[in-house]
Parts: sequence; structure tokens; C-alpha cells
Amino acid sequence: MQQKKVVMDADGIDRSLTRIAYEILEKNKGTEELCLVGIRTGGVFLAERLKKKLTSIEGVDLPVGILDITLYRDDLRLANKKPMLGKTDIPFSLDNRKVVLVDDVLFTGRTIRAAMDALIDFGRPKLIELAVLIDRGHRELPIRADFVGMNLPSSLWESVVVKLMEKNGVDEVVIEDDNQ
Amino acid sequence: MKLTNKDILGIKELSVDEINLILDTAASFIEVSTREIKKVPTLRGKTVVNLFFEASTRTRTSFEIAGKRLSADTINISATTSSVVKGETLIDTARNLEAMNPDAIVIRHSAAGAPHMLARMVKQSIINAGDGAHEHPTQALLDMMTIKEKKGTVSGLKVAIVGDIAHSRVARSNIYGLTKMGSHVIVAGPAMMIPRDIARMGVTVYNNLAEAIKDVDIIMMLRIQLERQQQKIFPSLREYSSYFCLNRQNIKLAKEDVLVMHPGPINRGIEISPDIADGPYSIILDQVTNGVAVRMALLYLLIGGQR
Repeated sequence: MQQKKVVMDADGIDRSLTRIAYEILEKNKGTEELCLVGIRTGGVFLAERLKKKLTSIEGVDLPVGILDITLYRDDLRLANKKPMLGKTDIPFSLDNRKVVLVDDVLFTGRTIRAAMDALIDFGRPKLIELAVLIDRGHRELPIRADFVGMNLPSSLWESVVVKLMEKNGVDEVVIEDDNQ
Repeated sequence: MKLTNKDILGIKELSVDEINLILDTAASFIEVSTREIKKVPTLRGKTVVNLFFEASTRTRTSFEIAGKRLSADTINISATTSSVVKGETLIDTARNLEAMNPDAIVIRHSAAGAPHMLARMVKQSIINAGDGAHEHPTQALLDMMTIKEKKGTVSGLKVAIVGDIAHSRVARSNIYGLTKMGSHVIVAGPAMMIPRDIARMGVTVYNNLAEAIKDVDIIMMLRIQLERQQQKIFPSLREYSSYFCLNRQNIKLAKEDVLVMHPGPINRGIEISPDIADGPYSIILDQVTNGVAVRMALLYLLIGGQR
């Protein structure tokens, strides 16, 4: 039998994003040269939500891009099932911008490695920062997040699922034990 | 979802789901070609051999660019500069290439079925880039991709294919693909250029241009293969063009938002008048742009990662 536990509800997600928005502004001293890039698919919706929050706080319109990292994955060679390739859409130059990468769950760090390689192909950002809703540990690369919604220590046999209104019809973070 | 076979030999062998997978993947690849650094690392360390036994600019260049933008190493072999001139057979050429362990072989050959034979002989992925008058699957895929991009869908459209249907691998692949995807396909050309039992492929046949293009959404003009004029299948180019050249008068019979396609190379003034080829209805160069994306998608789906 599979065990499920809700570790974050809709209000929790919203509060975390609000805090992250303020932290982004604090760390970058405003919104100058700032842009957001969401990693498909979960990160895209979170980036859009962060943009709304930043806009309502500072009253400026930040550019938001969408990044699909499939073509940069290091496990394509090994993957049995080929992931469906999604569209990348970054309709602005990254040269000299402060880029905040947004993803839902930070795990091994391999997705972020791929995302950084992809970003560098688009230009030379001034800096890249990382915002994630959940950091579940188990890093396999020297990567850390600058902005974290929740640190969630987990075992490797558990899966952490971020469900969002935009794709799942509900806002919650669930931890499932696959070992049963 | 992935492709069932290791090869792309024809549209006939592809399911509707597979065609949709290829078209959706290709749509995502469009963006790579618009970047300043037009390269992704996906096929690093993979080798693609382009084996062309017939002349080609578009298809060969398109495959080469597609491979390079995915970081694969691409090698071009054309019949005139290979050991084929010394009398090596296709099978021997293929076995020798296989021994150098490439990952995919793209082949164009004047004999129908040549890619199919290779696919049985070697373990590599074979992509048919045109075999005789049989199939040209990547052309049909890029055509369907372009139609979908411009019209939003392929299903429910009326598509007229005009010209030398009998000798056209582009026509055959498009008929397979478009009918599978739910288009109504009309073919037209001089009687000598229409295969007798073509209607069995599920198309409507006309012998004149006016009837064929009436109220259609898409007109696909085929190249009159000048090299076949010696075969005397039509009296003269002038006669052909007076009956079957698409021009600004007869195009009015089609729908107002009709789109004109051509697989290239075009014979200006023979099957298509220059003002139509360069005019607002023409999406001929969009086809070429999308061709790179379709070929990137195929290489990615066939040799990107394990099968």
C-alpha cells in the first residue's frame, strides 16, 4: 500500500512564494536587469506566480522565459523512455541579466546543471540564481538553491510531488513512499 | 511514446500517433534554429552518414544542418565521389559503412526499396531521403508540419496535389500521410502522369487544374521532372504549362486563404508562375525551414538515447 502525506497546502505554497519574492528583491536590491526562467513544467507555473508577486510588490513587469532541458540531460543515453520534448521560449536576451531559475523540486541537481548549460547557450547572464519550492536533499552535484520554499528531508524511496492548480487542479505538495 | 521501428522508411509504415509525435517534437526544435548559438549537445558523439546516390541540395543540406545542430558528426557521401564509381554494390558500401559504426544512415537512391533493403542488412537506423518514385517521408512530414503550423490542423482540409503524380515520391508520401491525418486529398495532372489505380489510395482524381483546386485549402505543386522529358510522357513544356501552371488567374478558384506549397526545386513559369512562387500565398520557404526541424526531430527520436 502506498502512503501519502500532504506536507504543504495551498496557503503554505502561497506564503512560501511570497517570502521568496521578497527575498529575491532583497538579494538583488530591486528588479533592475532581473528576469525569471521557469523549468518545464512545474517551474514554469511557479515562475509566473513569482512574477505576479514581484509585479504587485514593485509595480514593474518582469520578463519570464520557459526552458525545456530535455536536450541537455545527461541521462538521455541511458533513459529507456524518451521524455517528450517541450518548447523553450526565452523571448529576450540574457546578456548581462540577473536570471532567477525557477523549479519545483531540487533533488540531485542534475536538472539544474542541464538548465545552466542551456542558459549559457542563450547568452552571458550577469548571474544565475536558483529558486525552488522544495529542496529534498540528495545532491549529486555541487549545486545549492538561493531561495527555498521548504527544506524537506526525504528518503530515496520516497517521491515528492508538487501539484499545482495550473496542471493538477490543486495546490499541494505530497510525499509518497514507493517502498511499500 | 516512442517510435516503433529503428528506421524511417516511409509514411506508409507510420501510425497516426507516431506522425503526431514527430510533428510535435519538430515544433519544439524550431526554436533551436533561431538562437544565436544554434546548437544543442543532445547527439554528442553520434555519427550520421548521408549517403546520396542522387542529386540534392535541400534534403542533403537539411539533414547535415539538422545533425550538426544536435552536435552529431555528419559525413556526406555522394555517388560521384565514392567507390560506387569503381563498381562497388550498394550492399558492400553499406556493410563497409556499418563496419565504421555510425549511428544513422540517411540514404537517397534512385531504386525504390533501396533503404528498405539496407534497413534489413545493417543494425543502424536508416532514414529514407527519397527512394525512386516510391517515398520521401521526411518531405511529407515537413509538409504536414508546415500545414499544421499555418492552419492549426491537418485534418478536415482539402489538399490538391498537382503535377506528375506517377513519378513523384513526394506525392506518394504525402497521400499516405495526409489521408491518415484526415485530409481530403485531390490529385491532378495530365492522364499520362496519373497512375491508373491511384484512387485506391483514397484520393479524388481530376484531369484538369481548375476542377482540382476549386475551394481547396492547400495546393501542392510538383516539379515537372525535366529529366523525364526524353521519355516523351508529355508533348512539350509549353503545352504542360498552358494547362497546369498555377498562376494568379486560376488560383482565385481556390479558397481565399489558400496556401501554395512546392517541394522544390521549382521550375519558374512551368508548373508555377513566379508571382505565385514569390507571392503572399506561398509558404515554400517555410517548408524548407521546417525541414531542418523535422529532421532534427527524427534524429533525436531515432538515435538520441537508447532505443
